[in-house]
Amino acid sequence: MSSAAPERSEVPARRLLGTLGLAGAIAGLLIVLVYQWAEPRIASHRARVLQLAVQEVLHDPARFETLFVHDGSVHTGAPAGVDTAGLERVYLGYDDAGAPVGFAVTAAKPGFQDVIQLIFGFDPRTGRLLGMKVLQSLETPGLGDKIEKDSTFVAAFEGVAAPLLPVKRGAAAGEAGEVEMITGATISSRTVIEAINAALDRLRPLLEAYMAREGS
Amino acid sequence: MSGELAWILVSAMLVNNFTLVLFLGLCPFMGVSARVATALRMGAANIFVLVITSMSVWFLNTFVLQSAPFLRLISFIVVIASLVQIVEMAVKKFSPALFRELGIFLPLITTNCAILGLAIFQTNRGYGFLEGLSFAVGAGLGLTLALVLMASIRERTELSDVPGLARGMGLVLILAGSLSLAFMGFAGLFST
Amino acid sequence: MEPGADVGSAEPAPDTAPAGSRRSTTPSQDLLRGFWRENPVLVQLLGLCPALAVTNTVANSIAMGLATFFVLVGSSLFVSTLKRLIPAEVRISAYILIIATFVTIADLALAAVVPDIHKALGAFIALIVVNCMILGRQEAFASKRPVGRALLDAAGTGAGFMVALLIMGTVREVLGSGSILGRPLFGPGYEPWIVMILPPGGFLTLGFVLLGFGWWRERRDAETPRVRRWPHGVTARRAA
Repeated sequence: MSSAAPERSEVPARRLLGTLGLAGAIAGLLIVLVYQWAEPRIASHRARVLQLAVQEVLHDPARFETLFVHDGSVHTGAPAGVDTAGLERVYLGYDDAGAPVGFAVTAAKPGFQDVIQLIFGFDPRTGRLLGMKVLQSLETPGLGDKIEKDSTFVAAFEGVAAPLLPVKRGAAAGEAGEVEMITGATISSRTVIEAINAALDRLRPLLEAYMAREGS
Repeated sequence: MSGELAWILVSAMLVNNFTLVLFLGLCPFMGVSARVATALRMGAANIFVLVITSMSVWFLNTFVLQSAPFLRLISFIVVIASLVQIVEMAVKKFSPALFRELGIFLPLITTNCAILGLAIFQTNRGYGFLEGLSFAVGAGLGLTLALVLMASIRERTELSDVPGLARGMGLVLILAGSLSLAFMGFAGLFST
Repeated sequence: MEPGADVGSAEPAPDTAPAGSRRSTTPSQDLLRGFWRENPVLVQLLGLCPALAVTNTVANSIAMGLATFFVLVGSSLFVSTLKRLIPAEVRISAYILIIATFVTIADLALAAVVPDIHKALGAFIALIVVNCMILGRQEAFASKRPVGRALLDAAGTGAGFMVALLIMGTVREVLGSGSILGRPLFGPGYEPWIVMILPPGGFLTLGFVLLGFGWWRERRDAETPRVRRWPHGVTARRAA
């Protein structure tokens, strides 16, 4: 390990570490400063995106409440000592009169290319979905991404009874819960339907119990 | 759970191949000489570093970085650089023959986007320990597969009548494009 | 990163001047060199990962180009200012630390100001750290030259990177989505060439851009009588 200029003597390890340590400290300080400036903006953007998604699937409620799922039921807060960041959330929307509209639930499942993330609205009193919105998908542009872009497909989720039943286009038998898949994007469509069904399998009893406790 | 682990491994290896779909690890991909044996060794070295990185990243994310998420990038880089240094020293000590064969490739792994890419993806997707390992093994196998495929094709084209202008990186990239197109066929592999 | 580039070694890389002469470059040469003649993507083939991954739209290309420009200029400024304080043994680690700091700042700034583009670029903002181009410039230039020259060199290289990304992004978005910056160019009857915005399209586009660039350079070198004519094999080898 020789240096370029032969007349320079061996640099003591202390100085090497000291230089790196100092550089690290200055770097850390700079980052913290920028972070202080950036974090509020990032957090508010995240909240706004969530709010838009919830409002879309619940059809513009007057307000909504964040609820946490743990210990086999839905609660308004986390138990003592548990960080809310790690808990699953559902969102309960209320209309102007203060009556509950329905829950917004997130779901995710690996699709054709990668994991599809979505949010859907559900009213446990009627057992019907209120709407669906794809949050994140990396499906093939022009084919799989129709789950986001095909408005007929997205609209099919409004008012459909759970559990959902995927059917090929034109093969609908008029049964409750049928959703027609997109031609050429059957796998992506089916993934959306299965993700919703899986989430409801798990959460529907909890949501119904919470709604019953709430009163209407 | 095991179905999910299998999906992560196969997805990282084929459906979302690190090199041909996610565009990570391109520097060794382009620069590795057109010989299958070298490609295999490079791939093996990468798998090893990826697995160790995955474990270290999981450790960092779980125990150290909870309170300072903005220091994530710097700590990842420091860890990766140190790991490669340690691996280099260990290989040199325990298998000098392997060290000579790998030559320049070992230090170059530090700047391999795939290693840092793995760390970032693993963090963003919130993988646990086993899921991270599965991810790393799949990614490493996928990298090796892409390297070996490209090396074997290049071995063939050395003897082919390629126009002088296209010889070199232009051809390699077009070949890579064809490989990537072929790998698109893996999409939907695990779907019902 | 080229296999010949000796970035991983402990010794400082030798100066790029030809043996026996200390090439003194003019400021404008420093600025323009990275832009065209030694374009980092099209000639030196560095920084390929972002050049392929985020060029599926022009907007993403611009954002990535600007972020990389910022990191390159910022870290060159720091490295050149502090070059006397950084011992040779730990210089690579120090450069990486400086680069990582700027990348983190760029990442946070993008997330705060343009969150949609930040999401589209994803992990590749953080991957600017391992962009061989930036580390290469610090090692080969910023650590050896005064601050002003280092800044010019960084600006030229960053601009060259941006240009390369813009070329890729324009080709891919026009062919693959039929639009530029989100504005549709052709009528609704246009069937976009989807593969262009998918991974294979990235490889193919860069391959053909490199072919076109190499062909243009050969023609230019052959036509200019003052320029020494290189044997054909050397040109091909340079591209390899």
